[in-house]
Amino acid sequence: MLATGAGWLTRAMADATLGPAELTEGALQSASMEALPGKVSLIKKTWRPPNFETPVSYFDQAFTPNRAFFVRYHLGAIPEVAAAKWSLTIGGDGTGKPFALDYDALRRDFAPLEVNALCLCSGNRRGLSNPHVPGIQWGHGAMGNARWKGVRLKDVLHRAGVKKEATEVVFDGADSAVLDKTPDFVKSLPLWKALDENTMLAYEMNGEPLPHWNGFPVRVVVPGWTATYWIKHLTSIHVSTQAFKGFWMATGYRIPKGKFPIVDRFVSQETEANTPITEMVVSSLITNLQPNARLNAHSPLEVRGVAWDGGYGIAEVLVSIDGGENWRKAELGSDLGRFAWRQWRFARPAPQRGNAIIMARATNRQGASQTEQLIFNPAGYHNNVVQRIPVEFV
Amino acid sequence: MKRILWSMLLLGLGRVHADESRVTLKDGEGRPLVEAHCSVCHSLDYVQMNSVFLDRKGWEASVNKMIEVMGAPIRQEDSGPIIDYLTKYYGK
Repeated sequence: MLATGAGWLTRAMADATLGPAELTEGALQSASMEALPGKVSLIKKTWRPPNFETPVSYFDQAFTPNRAFFVRYHLGAIPEVAAAKWSLTIGGDGTGKPFALDYDALRRDFAPLEVNALCLCSGNRRGLSNPHVPGIQWGHGAMGNARWKGVRLKDVLHRAGVKKEATEVVFDGADSAVLDKTPDFVKSLPLWKALDENTMLAYEMNGEPLPHWNGFPVRVVVPGWTATYWIKHLTSIHVSTQAFKGFWMATGYRIPKGKFPIVDRFVSQETEANTPITEMVVSSLITNLQPNARLNAHSPLEVRGVAWDGGYGIAEVLVSIDGGENWRKAELGSDLGRFAWRQWRFARPAPQRGNAIIMARATNRQGASQTEQLIFNPAGYHNNVVQRIPVEFV
Repeated sequence: MKRILWSMLLLGLGRVHADESRVTLKDGEGRPLVEAHCSVCHSLDYVQMNSVFLDRKGWEASVNKMIEVMGAPIRQEDSGPIIDYLTKYYGK
C-alpha cells in the first residue's frame, strides 16, 4: 500500500514536470529531462530535430534565462555558425541596391535597439488540443520572455532601397533539411510588418549573445507575432514583389479565417478558407502552482503567473479559486513593455480545507479575453483556453 | 538514398544525436522498416510522442505527407507496411 502510494506520488510529480495531464500518454512517456550543450535540463520532446520545452517553474520570473529558453527546430541540419564567418545578404526584386553585411557591420552601421518581447511558438499547448492533433505535443513551455537587442529591420531594408512594388520580405536561416526535397524553412512577413519599428534583427538576448540553439549569431524578432517568423541563424533577406509560395507559408502555419479575434492581417497570403497565423492571442499561465498540489490551508494563498497578448497590452487578470464561480482581480506587476508578458499576483487569506480549482483569465486592452472552450483548428494553434488547476488545501 | 547518406556523412549534418539511440520503438512486424525510413530525417520519439490518437487514416495522412511534401524516399511497396505498423502499435 505504501509502495503503491509512493509510486503514484513519484509519477504525479514527474508528470507535472514533463507536462500537463492533458497530454497523451505517448507524449508524456516519450518526454524526459535532458540538457543540450549550453542548456540546463529541459523537457525533451524530440531529439532530432531538437525540440525542448521550458518547465513551467522557470516562468515564475520576469525574464526567461537563456540557458532555460525553449528550443524549436523543423529541420535536422543545424550548423554552428561562427560570427566571424557569418554574412547576411539583402536583395530580391523588391530592392534597388542589394548588399551584404557581416556581423561587425550589422552592429556598427545601424542604431541599436532593445525590446522586451515574448517569443511564443504558434503550437504552444498543441498537446492539450482535444481532439489531439499531430505535431510537437507541446505543453505550456514553448515560450520565453527575453530582452532582445539588435537593429531595426527597416533600417537594414532602407539601405537596400525597397521599391514601391515590394509586397513581402522573405527570410532564410542557415539550418536546412537533411534531404534536398524537403522544403527549407523559409518564412515571409508582409512589408508593413517588416517595416514596423519594433521588428528587428537581434544579436543579443538578455544581455548575452544569442545561444546557438536560439539562433546565433542573428535572428529575426517580430514582437507581437508568433515565433514561426523569428527565423534563427538568419542568412538571407529577400524583398519580393510577389507572395512567397513556399510550403511553410502556403500550407504550414495557417489558421481558419474568422475563428480568432485577430487584428493583424497578412493579406497577400490569405485564401478563401485560411490565413497565416499572425499575432498572439491573449493568454495567461499560472506559474507557481503544480496541478494536484497539496497546499497548506493555514497560510495565505498566493497565486502568481504571467499574461500576454499580441502587443495591445494586458488590461486585467482575474483569478478564481472555486472553479470559476467567483472571480477577483489579480495585481499586475511592472509593465515591461507591450510585447513582453505581464507578471501578476493574487493573494488571499487561507481558504477552507478541501479540493479547489484555481483559474486565471486575462483580458487585453482591446477587450479580448481567453476562451472557456477550445477553438479547435487542425494544427492546434492559438490555444488560450483558461487553465484549471486542481489543488487540495490540507 | 546512397547519395543522401554519403552527403550526410560528408557534411557531418543530419547525424544521429547520440542520445536518441535510447528511443526504442515497440517490437513488431514492420519496425525495421519504420526505423530505417523515418529516422533518416528525425528521431523516432516523433512516433511515440504522436500517440495514441491517430487512427489508420491519421497515420496514412502523416506518412503520405512525409513522402509527398517532405520528400521521404519511401517506395510505394513500403508505405503500406509502415502505415500498418504505426496503426497497430501507435494508433487507435
